[in-house]
Amino acid sequence: MIAEIIVSVLLVAGGFFGLVGSYGLVKLPDPMTRLHAPTKSATLGVGAVLVASLIWFPARYGVLTWHELLITLFLLLTAPVTGYFIAKAHMHMGWSRDELPCPAPGKDWATFADPDEESFVDRKRRDQQGSQPRI
Amino acid sequence: MIRRLLPHPWLSVTLVLVWMALVNRWAVGSLVFAVIIGIVVPLMTAPYWPGAQGYGKPHKIPAYLAIVLWDIIKANFAVARIVLFTPRRALRPAWISVPLDLRRPEAITALAATITLTPGTVSCDLSEDGRALLVHAMHAPDPQGILDEIKTRYEARLKEIFE
Repeated sequence: MIAEIIVSVLLVAGGFFGLVGSYGLVKLPDPMTRLHAPTKSATLGVGAVLVASLIWFPARYGVLTWHELLITLFLLLTAPVTGYFIAKAHMHMGWSRDELPCPAPGKDWATFADPDEESFVDRKRRDQQGSQPRI
Repeated sequence: MIRRLLPHPWLSVTLVLVWMALVNRWAVGSLVFAVIIGIVVPLMTAPYWPGAQGYGKPHKIPAYLAIVLWDIIKANFAVARIVLFTPRRALRPAWISVPLDLRRPEAITALAATITLTPGTVSCDLSEDGRALLVHAMHAPDPQGILDEIKTRYEARLKEIFE
């Protein structure tokens, strides 16, 4: 009984946040602000539904599953990466370097800067080999 | 020797736990397979993740995760309120340049992910020298306040954990 009430509350909350996230996509004025609605509201919406499922199955059938926990974890790990890529693509298409704040005198944001001669991974590997002999 | 076999011990532990949760049933066979995955996958991906150094204060990670989780919940209510009740014209989006004290790529990644998941901010880009983070705020009447919150609330804690 108590489990059912908690599950219902979580499901309604999840539906509400999912709806707000989708409505935000329609209502907000430009692509950058639109990016905020799905990276957050949708995360909690899906999260609430998953927690509801996590509570429902042990309470109703007595089986504990860890899958919901994993889904939540993967969702929280991937949402920022997606947001980052959408933002970067949007910077390429719609923004110029004068419209953004300058990171440091003479420096630019990675999206607008020229590619390095040497990749980050290569440089790190070279530093490592230089500082300590290979075992 | 152990360092060569397990280039990223924490990644190995995480992979074992994730695999066991994925199988969702306790069996020795699954554990053996989980350990195999935990050894092989870090070895195969090690070339793309050089220079692992371990953590400064790993016992502070749970407290940090709790703060971030709580902030995610708060962020959702804040964003929902802005979406539903703030009229379009009253919205003040802003770009904020956050100078970074963190140097390790792992720490900067954690900070960028935290910023995206918490109140009204999305991290968008890194400067070419990796010393500043470009953050977009959805509604920022006071950009300096948001900058200070990122620096003191998240970056200071991540610096303790990683360095």
